[in-house]
Amino acid sequence: MSGRLFDKVWDRHLVASPANEPPLLYIDLHLVHEVTSPQAFEGLELAGRPVRRPDLTVATMDHDVPTVNPDGPITDPLAAEQIARLRKNCETHGITLHPLGSIEQGIVHVIGPQLGLTQPGMTVVCGDSHTSTHGAFGALAFGIGTTEVEHVLATQTLRQAKPAAMAVTVDGEPGPDLTAKDLVLGIIRALGTGGGAGSVIEYRGPAIRALSMAGRMTVCNMSIEGGARAGMIGPDDTTFGYLEGRRHSPKGKDWERALDDWRGLVTDGNAVFDREIVIDASALRPAVTWGTTPAQSVTIDDVVPDPGSFGTAAAQQSAQRALDYMGLQPGTPIREIGIDTVFIGSCTNGRLEDLRAAAEVIRGRRVHPGVRAMVVPGSARVKAEAEAEDLDKYFTEAGFEWRSAGCSMCLGMNGDILAPLERCASTSNRNFEGRQGPGGRTHLVSPAIAAATAIAGRFAMPGDL
Amino acid sequence: MRTVSRIEGRAVAIYRADIDTDQIIPAAWLKRVERSGFGPGLFGAWRSDPAFALNQPGASEAKILVAGANFGCGSSREHAVWALQDFGFEAVIAPSFADIFRGNSIGAGLVTAQADEETVARLVAVLDADPVAPVVVDVASRTVSVPSAGLAAPFALPDYARWRLLEGLDDIGITLRQADAISAFEARRPDWLPSASPSVHARA
Repeated sequence: MSGRLFDKVWDRHLVASPANEPPLLYIDLHLVHEVTSPQAFEGLELAGRPVRRPDLTVATMDHDVPTVNPDGPITDPLAAEQIARLRKNCETHGITLHPLGSIEQGIVHVIGPQLGLTQPGMTVVCGDSHTSTHGAFGALAFGIGTTEVEHVLATQTLRQAKPAAMAVTVDGEPGPDLTAKDLVLGIIRALGTGGGAGSVIEYRGPAIRALSMAGRMTVCNMSIEGGARAGMIGPDDTTFGYLEGRRHSPKGKDWERALDDWRGLVTDGNAVFDREIVIDASALRPAVTWGTTPAQSVTIDDVVPDPGSFGTAAAQQSAQRALDYMGLQPGTPIREIGIDTVFIGSCTNGRLEDLRAAAEVIRGRRVHPGVRAMVVPGSARVKAEAEAEDLDKYFTEAGFEWRSAGCSMCLGMNGDILAPLERCASTSNRNFEGRQGPGGRTHLVSPAIAAATAIAGRFAMPGDL
Repeated sequence: MRTVSRIEGRAVAIYRADIDTDQIIPAAWLKRVERSGFGPGLFGAWRSDPAFALNQPGASEAKILVAGANFGCGSSREHAVWALQDFGFEAVIAPSFADIFRGNSIGAGLVTAQADEETVARLVAVLDADPVAPVVVDVASRTVSVPSAGLAAPFALPDYARWRLLEGLDDIGITLRQADAISAFEARRPDWLPSASPSVHARA
């Protein structure tokens, strides 16, 4: 036993290690949504195979659901068909579904933790790359494709070559205005888009320990943007405090048994990682991406970089291409870049804590003239909880649209998209070309910067207002 | 799944790093509930540029795609693999692949040939000079070659992936041979682990 959190979780899920085949790993929780599952269910049916463990499978609708009038008819016929398929597949196979209209409907990676389904030491998979979010609980959680979704439905296992173990240690005292989003954008800048490939990252160090569960989820969520298979954070009292009393959390004597188990899910002091990087949180500042990968970010105090300043010809070409797409000139101060749209939401930053942070900034202020600003809560429950605190009133009075839960403009599968050349400050996770709509230009930021930017009409910190 | 052993044919190069799956198949295409019909959406946004590699004469005949590092990063959408296959690609050669994309490719029978940077750069140069040069991707020997240019180099492909491609095996069928081991594992799982039962379908 090498004593790393990752190995401890990995080893307890090994079903078999046949010679010349990757090990077979048991899956404790399989989250399912409408977009990556229909072909998997069809494959099962063609082969006459049942779902092995419907009781370990949970479904919801999030990727292409409307965020306006979600109880009305779905006007997009293709989305309506996908959503109807999910409903039918769940009924056929006895899978719990949290459909549109349910208080538990929402983005898969928001509802799993919210229901207490995501717990330390578990294996969690979903046909969605941001499944890494659940690693915030000390679970091993990763995204899979549709063929693997079918494999998990049929066998409740996955074949996986064991990834390497990487440590990202965050030392130093972060400044008071540094959020979890800024932290993870700083980590990805250091790591590069492919730097985590083949690895499971364990985030460690005092700046990680100090994060709330929402913040830890934001960090683990974006592990995939650094190429990592998964991200994990060892569970502690913050984790246990979040889980206690949730719908699917262990109760009574089981809670005590679970706690005894979870307290052992730590990386031992003498453990060695295959690779380790150290980040000084005191040197980080709030971040804004300028390019078309999440690794292409600077601090809000910076200027748009000169492609010539990058070390390799490939990096220079990549930067120039990104600036051409983004319509930016080197040397432009980030705070002088005007924006058209602000999107607050997604599995990265669509939780109650994120909405509170944004609401605090915009309360009593008005969205800058000409700016379209929208808030899309991560789940129906997040929306209800925010409304119980009057956050919806603050947002709508300021001129934001207050929407219903879904993935929305993070990936632009429903009607919530950018027009070509439209520039957006977004709390989501990907600034790829066209991600939020063909020709759209995305800058990734924290909820605090997104909110301040909506008011200022250009990139701003709350303190600038 | 059909067997894949030796791919020989025309190749095209899209020599950029970090080609993400949103570029390979834009989100608007993900509403399809089928595994086929994604070819017209492949590199949807980039294909509006007449100079784009796939818009060149004969590109629709290509079986092999040559690309930059970290190919297939981002979204887990297997639709990206289906779109490449639907267009006619049977193999992608790149210096590195994103993990989920590689897993999806092997599952669907698309060869991910990981060659070193120098080999990929040489391939790109060869194709620049002679766009119709036949390229051979040999899964059994894990080599890529362009006989007309005297290029031959190894590529990396995990043993298990190679075996599955060569045998055309169905992963679920292989795994179900372990059904007893899965049942034994399930009998040992702690009973406090969460369950979603009973299934819930009522609207709240």
